[in-house]
Amino acid sequence: MSKQHYDHIRNNVKFDDLISQRTKLSWTLAVMILIVYYSFILVIAFSPALFGIPVSDGGIITWGIVIGLGVILFTFIITGVYVHRANTIFDKLLLDVVDASQAHVDSLDEHGNLQGDK
Amino acid sequence: MITDINVTAVVMFLIFISATLAITYWASKRTQTASQYYAAGGKITGFQNGLAIAGDYMSAASFLGISALVFASGFDGLIYSIGFLVGWPIILFLIAERLRNLGKYTFADVVSYRLQQRPVRLLAACGSLAVILLYLIAQMVGAGKLVQVLFGLPYEVAVVLVGILMVIYVSVGGMLATTWVQIIKAFLLLFGATLLAFLVLYNLDFSINTMFSEAVNIHEKGLAIMAPGTLVSDPISAISLGLALMFGTAGLPHILMRFFTVPDAKQARRSVFFATGFIGYFYILTFVIGFGAIVFISKNPEFMNEAGALLGGNNMSAVHLSKALGGDILLGFISAVAFATILAVVSGLTLAGAAAFSHDLYANCIKKGKADERTEVMVSRLATVGLGVAAILLGILFEQQNIAFMVGLAFAIAASANFPVLFFSMFWEKTSTRGVIVGGWIGLITAITLVILGPIVWVDIFGNEEAIFPYKYPALFSMSTGMICIYIVSLLDNSENAKSERAAFSDQFVRSMTGVGANLSK
Repeated sequence: MSKQHYDHIRNNVKFDDLISQRTKLSWTLAVMILIVYYSFILVIAFSPALFGIPVSDGGIITWGIVIGLGVILFTFIITGVYVHRANTIFDKLLLDVVDASQAHVDSLDEHGNLQGDK
Repeated sequence: MITDINVTAVVMFLIFISATLAITYWASKRTQTASQYYAAGGKITGFQNGLAIAGDYMSAASFLGISALVFASGFDGLIYSIGFLVGWPIILFLIAERLRNLGKYTFADVVSYRLQQRPVRLLAACGSLAVILLYLIAQMVGAGKLVQVLFGLPYEVAVVLVGILMVIYVSVGGMLATTWVQIIKAFLLLFGATLLAFLVLYNLDFSINTMFSEAVNIHEKGLAIMAPGTLVSDPISAISLGLALMFGTAGLPHILMRFFTVPDAKQARRSVFFATGFIGYFYILTFVIGFGAIVFISKNPEFMNEAGALLGGNNMSAVHLSKALGGDILLGFISAVAFATILAVVSGLTLAGAAAFSHDLYANCIKKGKADERTEVMVSRLATVGLGVAAILLGILFEQQNIAFMVGLAFAIAASANFPVLFFSMFWEKTSTRGVIVGGWIGLITAITLVILGPIVWVDIFGNEEAIFPYKYPALFSMSTGMICIYIVSLLDNSENAKSERAAFSDQFVRSMTGVGANLSK
């Protein structure tokens, strides 16, 4: 049963569209978090003094603390962006694809031929 | 030592135990089938699961350990927090939905989806159990020490108590009880940490600047606590630690298992969103709590021993802070929360370990997928008891040992064995059974070997002069070794098996993307 669904979905151009959009978004965001996190780590590894510079002259709060908290905030925001896109746009596309495949499978008789072909 | 029995702590703790046992009884009525036992029937909402994941992740080690790290060296604590947090977006973008759409109860379901069941599940179960046992020992020893200090109970009694309670929750109430214990604990911990951070700021007139400048004045390292210190000393270690924390999270079996408790991919995504929010917020709180501890307790003789060190060690800084700011009542509350945290985390671990035994080893390796469901659940309940006994014995055995390396090793194994096999099986068509088996075992063995030959075990524990492997964190080497082996061996695999496994990828891909054919979302 699932096999007929998979065959139909695979050949649906909307599925290709969904996959390319989703792949693009998830890898873009994944690369973004990797860059942000490893930049943070590499500063700590190579020039930790940079993070010890106060944000304002004579102030106590350093760039390290501001950027560190910023990374935490960024992590949260970036998951929010993905979940929002996925739960609205992607899920709508997905529903179309799955419904179309359900309609197609329903229209088959027990031999897998289109009903009305006889 | 806090030897007087704290009445608030005992009362709070008894309330927590009664409430969770009542929930376990309620859950036991709803836990008969395998799906109910392993995955709470797939009926947990995204928000609930987000709290439960946060609960699994915010262990006593993060609460007490990270605030202790901030207390000892300031900024460095933040490096750990951030490393623990950034794994979550990766899980969300790459793993959560596919995992939900392909698996039933364990991540081995997903890895073995189109590969040969027995060897792949054996590998995944061993990877899971290695991670879980290491994690369990670390939590048990921590629990024993904590309860010793907080409630004045002997170490062994505390370990046995934790072991018995976790066996009851898990074997009687299954995933439903474990999830609710986790949710309650996450709520209590977030509430307690918020209160503590609020009191820190309240006592400093809500001025972050005052908090930092007072801390710098008091702390012996002075201004150095506002910048990176000695935690990460060289680039290789920095990158290696980063990899272990980031990808290790994506290979922790008890965390991955949580994604099977929600009905569909949408709820799986929502889980990660809420979990990331709660965990991130919690780490910001521990940062404030650590700095608060510097300001309010590091020069307070009430919390010092003769040598000028903190009573009970730095790990007690958050607990002492609660006493300094809120008296015996807050101390009691925070102590009870810390204990509840340990109980909840060991329960989640034990359930994942029991599932690896009963679902992967018993039902699929020994019975070749033809096990009777009732027997499988029975085996799982027995495995829980077995794991409970093992945890108690190992907890007592390791009392005097240095266990600091254990969580690090658990993350290294998760990143080097569990994550690579999961990632390749889902993402790369050419992945074959042979590739997964060779690469997975090599990743696992490399991680363990490098930790043993590294500075923490070879020098600190075995007492040798110099480490054979110079770095504390092996993930950079063990994870890449594992991945390269999976890649090369799969690429060279031209067997008939490999061909049919590749042919099955397309169907697996469609299902992983749509959820069509997954057990609950039709």
